Amino acid sequence: MEFKFTEENLAKIEGILKKYPTKKAAVMAVLYVAQEQNGWISGEVMKEVALLLKITTEDVLGVVTFYTMYHQKPAGKYHLQVCTNVSCMLRGAYKLYDHIKEKLNIDNGGITGDSVFSLEEVECMGSCGTAPMIAVNEDYYESLNLEKVDQIIGSLSGK
Amino acid sequence: MEKIVLPDIKDLHQIKVYESNGGYSAAKKAFDQSPDDIIDQIKKSGLRGRGGAAFSAGLKWSFMPKTTDKPKYLCINGDESEPGSFKDRQIFEFNPHQLIEGILITTYATQAKITYVYIRGEYHKWIKLFEKALSDAYENGYVGEKMKEKFGTGFYCDIFVHKGAGAYICGEESALMNSIEGKRGYPRVKPPFPAQNGLWGCPTTINNVETITNVPSIINKGWEWFSKIGEPKHPGTLLFGVSGHVNKPGVYELPTGTLLTDIIYKYAGGVPGDKKILCVIPGGSSMPPLRGDQLEGVKMDAESLKAYGTAIGTGGVIVMDEDTDLVKVLARITKFYYHESCGQCTPCREGTGWMLKILNRMVKGEASVHDVDLLVSVANNIEGNTICALGEAAAWPVKYMVARFRDYFEQRMSKEVVLPVANKVHSMRRTAFPLADIKE
Ligand SMILES: Cc1cc2nc3c(=O)[nH]c(=O)nc-3n(C[C@H](O)[C@H](O)[C@H](O)COP(=O)(O)O)c2cc1C
Ligand code: SF4
Ligand code: FES
Repeated sequence: MEFKFTEENLAKIEGILKKYPTKKAAVMAVLYVAQEQNGWISGEVMKEVALLLKITTEDVLGVVTFYTMYHQKPAGKYHLQVCTNVSCMLRGAYKLYDHIKEKLNIDNGGITGDSVFSLEEVECMGSCGTAPMIAVNEDYYESLNLEKVDQIIGSLSGK
Repeated sequence: MEKIVLPDIKDLHQIKVYESNGGYSAAKKAFDQSPDDIIDQIKKSGLRGRGGAAFSAGLKWSFMPKTTDKPKYLCINGDESEPGSFKDRQIFEFNPHQLIEGILITTYATQAKITYVYIRGEYHKWIKLFEKALSDAYENGYVGEKMKEKFGTGFYCDIFVHKGAGAYICGEESALMNSIEGKRGYPRVKPPFPAQNGLWGCPTTINNVETITNVPSIINKGWEWFSKIGEPKHPGTLLFGVSGHVNKPGVYELPTGTLLTDIIYKYAGGVPGDKKILCVIPGGSSMPPLRGDQLEGVKMDAESLKAYGTAIGTGGVIVMDEDTDLVKVLARITKFYYHESCGQCTPCREGTGWMLKILNRMVKGEASVHDVDLLVSVANNIEGNTICALGEAAAWPVKYMVARFRDYFEQRMSKEVVLPVANKVHSMRRTAFPLADIKE
């Protein structure tokens, strides 16, 4: 499916370009704008970003595949990221992670049938002092236990 | 104890509150002196980097060429992705203006015109908080062209935020620069060093968020004042992030040289259930772990920890109680480095994977005793053979965890092996896999 930036986003990109001496340097920020508009980074998105920044599609592909925060396939409405790294693990992150997997009946990288939730096991999120944690899209939920996670998921699926 | 980086002042993140507490007066004071004077004061203060390597900040600034036709850059490293580290986000949230003021002074000292503050992409909230502070600073004339008027100087600079996208390696300074340039975050071969050949081939200084947040106080109160706080060879305070098995995890700003046991018991409230401590990683997951019975008298600063065979790193203290499965912990830490290796160097790319395979075998109880030495030998072959220090970051936890908990690892393995076989493997091991240079 063809991808075109909205007028509003093109204006945003104008602003981004002013921060850097080269167009190429804007690629990470522009990809974020694209992801916000499209939900994920498709081949068409990469083509459009390359065209806009006057770089090759391969340049863009190289960036998209290097950085984990660009989705290379559609994510759920709520993308759950569970940190299982050492500090979280010491405070029960795997219990939390297994619980979520079971509850939503999906595995790492999976998405629920209704596309409401997707799940990703992530590395340290900088919440080690408020572990365990999950992030839902851009928001952190910290100092969790199973009950609190149930509440979070419950309130999101209610919406 | 006086706090420098995170003082207990309510709403300090608001520009009005920051101003009424003397905010931006250090920048004014700095602009009235010469750039070299500023570098000299920072050198004499003894301020060392808070991003891992504890390198002298003033010395680093002095590497920036004085005469060049190229633009100069400053990068502030807020990638903060080392497991066990969660301190820089406190600065973005609670004291962003002091960071901005530190940037003004640093760019003046190095005569850089543009600063990129690199913040990890997951920190959406903290990026927003910092951007709010930054736009307030711009509006009030503290940053950008309006500075000339506000401070009455010819100097001005711009500050931009660059948002990362989930790659730990971008915390490594040369990978960070590639990332800002819009490339994959591959570390560069050094030399050339960033001060000569950094962002877009121009002279560049890279410093950690916490390092630069210290700068305004040093200018305001004098280098002598700063140099007398904490340990003389590594003065000032550190933001210690304490996590794992403690009653009160969190960030504590304390003078360098504070006892590790004080950090754990006095400030972080001790271990839940009064359990014994099995292991502590003192400076973020890359640093060599200490055994629970090695903690007495350990002081938390770069030099003291070196003497104990570990390092201060980012000051992230990870505490593990006596019931912790260290094999699982080490496997999880190794999985992280395996995942984050950028893949340029064979020893790092392949070695982290091999270590993870062996450790997973160990976790499942499918390993034999000789796997312990195999594991160490892979770690030894990564260390020193790579472009960047992620190689060491992956090798050290393995190498030192095994060295310091050898019995633990051997017992754990031999349980899974039928005894006569275990003994046979055990006696063979000494010759088949020499123990390299690990001494305890
Ligand atoms: C793999 C790796 C990851 C790193 N991550 C960070 C980081 O997240 N933040 C940071 O300030 N320094 C990090 N560093 C250290 C930087 O390369 C650099 O030394 C530091 O930012 C310099 O600032 P300082 O002198 O103020 O400490 C990392 C180094 C390596 C090898
Ligand atoms: S040591 Fe690892 S992370 Fe560093 S450059 Fe080599 S492969 Fe990349
Ligand atoms: S280990 Fe989970 S947030 Fe740091």
